[in-house]
Amino acid sequence: MTLPVAQAAARPLLQVRNLRKFFPVTAGFFHRAVGQVRAVDDVNFDVYDGETLGLVGESGCGKTTTSRCIMRAIAPTSGQILFRRKNEKIVDLAPMTRAELRPLRAEIQMIFQDPFGSLNPRMTLLDNVGEPLLVNGMKNRAERTDRVAELLRLVGLRTEFMHRFPHAFSGGQRQRIGIARALSTNPRLIVADEPVSALDVSVQAQVLNLLLELRSRLGLTFLFVAHDLSVVRHISDRVAVMYVGQLVELAPAKALFRNPRHPYTAALMRAVPVADPRVLVAEAGLKGEVPSPANPPGGCYFHPRCKFAEARCRQEAPALREVAPGRFVRCHLAEKLDLPTSSG
Amino acid sequence: MASNGPSASPLLSVRDLHVSFALDEGLVRAVDGVSFDVMPGRVTGIVGESGCGKSVTMRAILQLIDEPGRIESGEILFECRTGAADGGSFETIDLSKLPRHGARLRAIRGAEIALIPQEPMAAFSPVHTVGDQIIEAILLHHRQWRTGGGKLSYRDAREIVVDLFRDVGISMPEQRVDAYSWQLSGGLRQRAMIAMALSCKPRLLVADEPTTAIDVTTQAQVLALLRELQRRHGTAIIFITHDLGVIAQMANDVVVMYLGRVVERGPVDAIFHAPKHPYTRALLRSIPSIVGETHVDLPTIAGNLPHPFDRPPGCPFHPRCQEIIGPVCSASVPQLKSLAGGQGVSCFLHQDLADTR
Repeated sequence: MTLPVAQAAARPLLQVRNLRKFFPVTAGFFHRAVGQVRAVDDVNFDVYDGETLGLVGESGCGKTTTSRCIMRAIAPTSGQILFRRKNEKIVDLAPMTRAELRPLRAEIQMIFQDPFGSLNPRMTLLDNVGEPLLVNGMKNRAERTDRVAELLRLVGLRTEFMHRFPHAFSGGQRQRIGIARALSTNPRLIVADEPVSALDVSVQAQVLNLLLELRSRLGLTFLFVAHDLSVVRHISDRVAVMYVGQLVELAPAKALFRNPRHPYTAALMRAVPVADPRVLVAEAGLKGEVPSPANPPGGCYFHPRCKFAEARCRQEAPALREVAPGRFVRCHLAEKLDLPTSSG
Repeated sequence: MASNGPSASPLLSVRDLHVSFALDEGLVRAVDGVSFDVMPGRVTGIVGESGCGKSVTMRAILQLIDEPGRIESGEILFECRTGAADGGSFETIDLSKLPRHGARLRAIRGAEIALIPQEPMAAFSPVHTVGDQIIEAILLHHRQWRTGGGKLSYRDAREIVVDLFRDVGISMPEQRVDAYSWQLSGGLRQRAMIAMALSCKPRLLVADEPTTAIDVTTQAQVLALLRELQRRHGTAIIFITHDLGVIAQMANDVVVMYLGRVVERGPVDAIFHAPKHPYTRALLRSIPSIVGETHVDLPTIAGNLPHPFDRPPGCPFHPRCQEIIGPVCSASVPQLKSLAGGQGVSCFLHQDLADTR
């Protein structure tokens, strides 16, 4: 089954503009602010109707903070998060208060990483999945039960399970329950933060297939945050790569994996161990460590680890620019480099 | 990798190991008849999903199983050095029969068989410097370094640690020896852990998911380091992971486990290019690759891992198996059968059915 890929002409559902989230670093008895962690630093991207945008990067790169800002689980330091509502009105989520956000919550839902921590162990499936419905005004219990049964069928669970508690289910089944709950309010945008990384390989494939199927059946739009490149490549239409709080590359998934334009993207891909003993990953890849977002290096944040770095990279911070239609790269040398990948 | 023909005798031989946990709800057979060999100087990868018993097997080798778990039966034969670190004579002892807290086992742990745990943050004590923790191990196992019998001084041990740190690629080793584990980044902490594991010149290194908790670029560095150290010292490694990519890149021999049993074992190339067991085949098909077709349905393994109290009768994989051949699969348990080329598989597809009662 091949799924339709979103057309580039589609309209953006979500537009993230100059998003910044800084956390203060405090010290001493009075918790004086002595610095700040630039967890998300001037991030810009669009998510189009019906597409899946993958957001990848290593731990500490700001991908989860970005998704939490979009969910407005935390308030961004500055920037705009423009969301097109069901009634076609474009609203900015960034400055909204809790009360203002409440009616929007039904339209943006989240799938969490940990299927064990994200379900209330003292509520049955009916209550766990039905709670968003109750909160959004579906007061009639019979009506709610019907809707929960429909949702459970949609994610491939038997409706008899409705009165059981989460502990009776395996990790993969729990993740399906979490997906059913996210779908309960008919959202338009789903933010999935590492939805399969806690699952075993054999179950991971089932959940990925379910997400692909739901997307084509319900026309959902996904922001898919993950660190596993092969998973992101499998499910995404476009991919954004983050490094130390910034986007370093944004491109259609196929093009990005075939021909990365940023040295970090290429290094990230080469670091993935290939499940074939005849394809040996020869070199150790990147030297050094990811710099701290509290104290990033001058110039390009990647220059201390980049083997192509020139004098200019050490002094001048590159901007994210469009080097080919739909391909954005934050590198001075994007046009000159011919970057090898393991995927050829 | 050091080349050792199949004629060499195994360094470690696990034979029909059974480990169970007696819980209030019933008996969990975490390891249910596992056998495999680890050859000197080779990397043996143990791969399997959660609950397959790979970590329990590793803990059993070092007798680290806590109550209510216990080794029910089986043998863990280890070719033990009896004399000094270099040279000396060897004897084969059964680790599973040694007293858990005895001096004999304490002398083996760390010195002969060392462990690299999954979570280096939890493995180091936060109130002692990493250097002191490694120095402690070296002083306890001083015979590994001083063959003459004279004791090592603290100063000598500290110098050894600085050299080890340099060996595993830790920059500024003199300063890092005095660092606390929480002052080190994830990659450095794992390097320090590797230095600690190597500190007493073990002949067998057990690495339990050593790169699962760290990022992919750091993982590549740590794997390259382990490969290089293995080549240089000829240490045998048992590499436990759920990541098939890591197994393909690291192992010489692979053991595939499912629900406490070995379903297939063999040289790495055979496992990845000529898998015999339906579980191995399904597992390899179900991982999204960095090169394959995208946005298509991945082949899956139907169903879920059974609950530990609810083990299926017969072959543990039969309820999820696509190549099931008949009632024999649910009636009796297939035994591991050796095939050509060092491969072994426990599946009725590859057995003469007349052999089984």
